[in-house]
Amino acid sequence: MSTATTRPLAVAGVERAARARRYGLWVAGALVLLALPQVVRTGTGIAIMNQMGIAVVFALSFNMLLGQGGMLSFGHAVYFGLGGFIAAHVLNLAGRGTIWMPVPLLPLIGGLGGLAFAVLFGSFSTRRAGTVFAMISLGVAELMAASSLIFDRFFGGEEGITTNRSKAPLLLGIEFTRDRQVYYLIAFWLLVAAVAMYAFSRTPVGRMANAVRDNPERAEFVGYSEHRVRFVSFCASGFFAGIAGGLFAVNYEILTAENMGLNASGAVLLMTYIGGIGYFVGPIIGAVVFTFLQSMLSDYTGMWLLYLGVLFLATVLFVPMGLAGVLMLHTPAWRARKLGRLVGPYLVAGVLAFVAAVGVIGLLEMTHFVVAADSTRATKRLFWLTVAPRTITPWLAFAALVAAGALGLSWAAPRAAAAFGEASRP
Amino acid sequence: MTPAIELVEVRKSFGATPIIRGVSLTIEAGTRQALIGPNGAGKSTLFNLITGKYPVTTGRIRLKGEDVTDLTPYEINRRGLARSFQVTNIFTRMSVFENIRCAALWAAGYRYSFWHRVSAARAVNERAETVLEQLNLTARRDVPAGVLSYAEQRALEIGITIAGGADVVLLDEPTSGMSRSETEHVVGLIRQVTAGKTLLMVEHDMSVVFDLADRIAVLVYGEIIAHDTPERIRASAAVQEAYLGVPQGVA
Repeated sequence: MSTATTRPLAVAGVERAARARRYGLWVAGALVLLALPQVVRTGTGIAIMNQMGIAVVFALSFNMLLGQGGMLSFGHAVYFGLGGFIAAHVLNLAGRGTIWMPVPLLPLIGGLGGLAFAVLFGSFSTRRAGTVFAMISLGVAELMAASSLIFDRFFGGEEGITTNRSKAPLLLGIEFTRDRQVYYLIAFWLLVAAVAMYAFSRTPVGRMANAVRDNPERAEFVGYSEHRVRFVSFCASGFFAGIAGGLFAVNYEILTAENMGLNASGAVLLMTYIGGIGYFVGPIIGAVVFTFLQSMLSDYTGMWLLYLGVLFLATVLFVPMGLAGVLMLHTPAWRARKLGRLVGPYLVAGVLAFVAAVGVIGLLEMTHFVVAADSTRATKRLFWLTVAPRTITPWLAFAALVAAGALGLSWAAPRAAAAFGEASRP
Repeated sequence: MTPAIELVEVRKSFGATPIIRGVSLTIEAGTRQALIGPNGAGKSTLFNLITGKYPVTTGRIRLKGEDVTDLTPYEINRRGLARSFQVTNIFTRMSVFENIRCAALWAAGYRYSFWHRVSAARAVNERAETVLEQLNLTARRDVPAGVLSYAEQRALEIGITIAGGADVVLLDEPTSGMSRSETEHVVGLIRQVTAGKTLLMVEHDMSVVFDLADRIAVLVYGEIIAHDTPERIRASAAVQEAYLGVPQGVA
């Protein structure tokens, strides 16, 4: 009897504590978003953060399909792009004074545009899950690529649609002339969209999306149409992708057919998967890391796509739960207050992995130089060195780094794993 | 009184092969009944027809007087019929609690809502906790359902079935693969959760059948050859013949 009365109370207490912790996390997230422009003050820094913010909203919306609903889409950029195009056209109309629409509300227009097309395409594509759904998403993406050539006035052909956010009417006198001002707009919508998407996952239909993902047949026998559940998730996902598209229109003031193409759809799949589809924070981490690497690496090397591809492959092969999953694996160690014991073994393995990576990157970059770069130069800047890729010495040196790193790792990695296992025991 | 389930001349063929060959069966409301028969007799197929998983070839099926022959599984479920599966059919990556809660959502009127928080749905959460206690799974509340032991998963299977409070319950081999003591626990559980409801169960364990059933239907090669009280079924020559395979003489 006593257990029956005290246990629900204990559960309620635990849930209250968890809720307080969640609110704390959201407030901390908002504070970080507010403080970031004070820390990162350069123009490029702000520009990259704007790009990250848009990518985070987009990736979170993608994970409503993949992680929570079990739907693998190869065409999610369609809803991002269409939302963006619609937002850009509305912004142009507002600039001409045809309609009243201030910039801060524009992402909402993008969202409604994404939602409208998600209703249209989702009505038939969510009938089936799995391979059929994936194939239909690919078909819709191709359809839109073809449409962009046909509907020239809407998509603007090769040049795309340009717009100008400074011509729209003001709301509360807020101007958006500088990237920093746009940053705060993106941060605001990022927070609103992330909270809304998180809340969606905790509604009846959000929970049933998980159920349909796990076992569509059983969901039908507890009263839910699997098609209808997927359709609702799909529409919500299209809405938030459209918001990201609207933010893109505000930030870049241009949209081209590329923004809704297969490459854009592939990128959001990569970043979501790298971050981890099983966790709400996964796509956030993935979008930030992916955007960072994309914008950093592309400054230094012509092979940045290869490195992102390797990162994706490594994730799929070795840590399918993604970066967020790797972090979550450490919660038992954190709870047992043994995280400190991992620093040493991880540091050793990390340094050795770094040595091996430097070797591999060196070899790849020299190969790229010999095969692709202009032949008038004999030397290449690599890391902190100037190397001559047409001589044997640097090849031997980098190969030696690979060998040394790999050999060291074969000794250090099992030790790091053992230390992890030891620390994870309560 | 309106019967809970009424089958009228139901036939089902897969291609040219007839599996259910004209079954007419009436399950009175408020009774516990068992469907028995040799392997391949079509017991699971009959369940799949009643619950809307397969369409019938011909014939009509009525649930509490209403024709449900052409309805989908979820439409039939919403009319108060729930079923379990022979092969465990649960939401493997969700917690045990979430499994039960999801099964209780529709009946509580939440439909496809994205404007309610599940954590604030008091009636559903209390219902889920109650079912967990009945299943003896409270200690496993937050464990992913996929890591439960086999017997625990079978119990959860029943829990998902009854969580929505359906008044017609179909259980497909609820005790299969269980030890003696686990079977006894499940029989007690079934008795408890189907009190005042209509139960139709497929079961191979005859002690369970004779323990629980008010009436027994015997299905052999797609036909009901007997439908009677346990005592009469036990004494029936036709049933013994079907089970023991005594040759009939004339083909």
